Amino acid sequence: MTENFVLYSNIAVYSAMAIYTIAFIMFTLDLSRRSANVGATAEVGATIRVGQLASAGSTDLLERVDSSATAPAAKGPRYLRAAFALTAFGWALHVGAVFFRGFAAGRVPWANMFEFTLTATAIIVGVFLLVQVWQDLRFLGSFVVGFSLIALGVGTTNFYVDVVPLPPALQSAWLVIHVFVASLGTGFFALGAALSVVQLLQARRAAGKAVGLKFLDTLPAADKLENLAYRLIVVGFVFWTFTLIAGAVWAERAWGRYWGWDTKEVWTFIIWTIFAGYIHARATRGWRGSRSAWLAIIGFGAVVFNFTIVNLFFKGLHAYSGL
Amino acid sequence: MTDSSRPSDHFDSSAARKGDDRVVQPKLGPIGYLRFFWRQLTSMKTALFLLLLLAIAAIPGSLVPQVSSDPNGVIQFKANNPTLAPILETFQVFTTYSSVWFSAIYLLLFVSLIGCVIPRTRHHFDALRARPPKTPANLQRLEGFTTRSSPAAAEAAIAVGQQLLKRQGYRTELYTINGSPTVSAERGYLRETGNLVFHSALIGVLIAVGLGGGFGYTGQRVVVEGYALSNSLASYDSFNPGRFFTDAALEPYSIGLDSFVPTYDDDLTSSSLGQVLDYTANVTSTLGGGEPQKATIKVNEPLAIAGTSVYLLGNGYAPVVTVRDSDGNTVFSQPTAFLPQDANLFSLGIIKIPDGLKQQIGIRALFYPTAVLTNLGTLASSYPDLVNPELTMEVYTGDLGLDNGRGTNAYALDTDSLTQIAGRTADSPTIKLGLGDSIDLPNGLGSIELTAIPRFVSLDVHHDPAQVWVLIFAILVLAGLVTSLFIPRRRMWITAVTAADGSVGLEYAGLARGDDPGLNAAVSEIAGKHVDQLGLKVES
Repeated sequence: MTENFVLYSNIAVYSAMAIYTIAFIMFTLDLSRRSANVGATAEVGATIRVGQLASAGSTDLLERVDSSATAPAAKGPRYLRAAFALTAFGWALHVGAVFFRGFAAGRVPWANMFEFTLTATAIIVGVFLLVQVWQDLRFLGSFVVGFSLIALGVGTTNFYVDVVPLPPALQSAWLVIHVFVASLGTGFFALGAALSVVQLLQARRAAGKAVGLKFLDTLPAADKLENLAYRLIVVGFVFWTFTLIAGAVWAERAWGRYWGWDTKEVWTFIIWTIFAGYIHARATRGWRGSRSAWLAIIGFGAVVFNFTIVNLFFKGLHAYSGL
Repeated sequence: MTDSSRPSDHFDSSAARKGDDRVVQPKLGPIGYLRFFWRQLTSMKTALFLLLLLAIAAIPGSLVPQVSSDPNGVIQFKANNPTLAPILETFQVFTTYSSVWFSAIYLLLFVSLIGCVIPRTRHHFDALRARPPKTPANLQRLEGFTTRSSPAAAEAAIAVGQQLLKRQGYRTELYTINGSPTVSAERGYLRETGNLVFHSALIGVLIAVGLGGGFGYTGQRVVVEGYALSNSLASYDSFNPGRFFTDAALEPYSIGLDSFVPTYDDDLTSSSLGQVLDYTANVTSTLGGGEPQKATIKVNEPLAIAGTSVYLLGNGYAPVVTVRDSDGNTVFSQPTAFLPQDANLFSLGIIKIPDGLKQQIGIRALFYPTAVLTNLGTLASSYPDLVNPELTMEVYTGDLGLDNGRGTNAYALDTDSLTQIAGRTADSPTIKLGLGDSIDLPNGLGSIELTAIPRFVSLDVHHDPAQVWVLIFAILVLAGLVTSLFIPRRRMWITAVTAADGSVGLEYAGLARGDDPGLNAAVSEIAGKHVDQLGLKVES
């Protein structure tokens, strides 16, 4: 039974990767089509300009926008629609892979690096899909799907391990909570970083540089992107704060101290500090704009570093890569 | 953060104050300088700088092993990097998180934080009691400005508007501006409250961590099955008291290890053969002079006793070796904890017997719980449980150096000045024993026997009186954070203007105080509801 589930999971993840690849190409084609069509038709501008949607929404940070506002965005041009539909389909398979892995193991599917890669990328793509309800951020598709594809590629080829039982240190309800919320935070940070990258490009273009990237004309302006990035990153920051606290509570149970400057703890702290800096930077003269965007990107870079380099090459108690 | 009259995330855009610096400055006295430095320290820029500096300063501690979390790694690192290590030592890199420079950064950051929180708390306290400010004369210039025509008279419309705003959690105040009645409303005071709670709770965490470290202690002890740990200084193998620790803090109790039961994956077809499924330590605890109580300790389930927590952090085998002299008298018979070297509990142990035999002997022993012969002809352990236990020993004679008053490492044997009498370089081969086997030592020294193979656990005892406070403050940090980020602080105004023809026009507008993406929508929502209610009112 276990072998079957593992097989289903692997088939599902490879299929999802194949579909993501097509989606990635479509998203990229969409960007290039935007470059070609800039200024040519009013239709593009009308559907892609996300800026207008922002005035909708209500008191809650991530509340649904008025349906009248989402309606035009839901259509969108052909490539983009196809890419988005494929991403959603790929994601369904991806989630299937996650569940089958969980059934195979008889526990949550995030106890080693392969499983964590599998689940965290599913959550990142899931956040990307869900966020569209709030804002049309489909132009980030290339970034998000591309990033997840690379992560899945590395995960399936370099991190793959068979299903093994949980070591005693991981036998805790906190495994479910701590790691899941960390992944959720990672999803929001990823989108925030993606928006910040576009924001930097947009700022360069406004300053007369980056002239070649015509598709930027179809995307929101830099300050708009900055606001969107901020709203996603603060959600990520709340999740990250929770991850840190939950991790400390668990560490107290499992290792006898709530904080011991283990390498992974250090990097979680560093990431928290960078994003705390990001939030303060937005209220500091001279730091709003491109500088805070860099902080968001560096912060997400630190998250990726924490998961890859720290897990694999740093000595510490979070040695659960299974490699 | 300096400007306490502003909300936390107010964008400080004016560059005017900066420009003042270049203008001829008045001469500053000592007090003036102090004020100047205080201003600088509590400015947002400095706080941000310190925050980012703290992130960077934390990095070296993750690259270089730390005394606190990996003491053996530090020793190893120093041996491998003889030139670099002293330099790092000078800069306290092996103790990064208690180093002068790291402490300086976070203490300055917290001073800066306190310098910001106090005036803001005072200001917020005033704001909580203040009336919403007068309605601006020109609402057109404000956000979300929208107009409706009112079916009701001006005064009545404003009264309904006030009720509506109150129901939505606004604090309201009626004014008359240029002859037009108006209601001014403000909500979201919790945003600033949350912000202040967040920052104050961070200070709380720091203080609680400091106090806990100061009054707490941790102790480690290796306990073999059948033996006990007692909570007294002499009983611990290593003990780390806090700065304010006194012996009185040690509650007298003992914990005896009845048995240690590991469960391994024994499915021969599984790829995880031999992987640990569970560790359970069955113990008997005795508090003071009280009744003994049975309990279990597991990896994620420490034992709580007398204000301390007892954790199961390690385990292994502690073979009992019995040594008899040439006349058959037992001179040594006790368990020795062997240090596990791999997942199958291949372990390394050092046994020292200074007295009883004609010569002092030291033994370097290797233990294989399930011994198998590898292709290379060497032994290895293929499974962590006792299936085919085998103990191999190299025996040395000579001065063990135990009598010179210098402490020696119980887990190391310095063989430089010793002579091997059994082993690879001696005439007699390495001694190999299975459970219950006995063999004569060379040179007529006597005999050696593997008598029993109990297990040992390594127990950590922790006492941190402030731990609960750390958790409480941490929860407050999270609660404050959520409140300060997601509750919008905004002002809202409704003005009823009566035109010359007697028709009444309603004007709505809002003002964001901090990040408030939903403001425009909120203004039009209020306008819509207000007119709906007025409509109903007129009809009835």
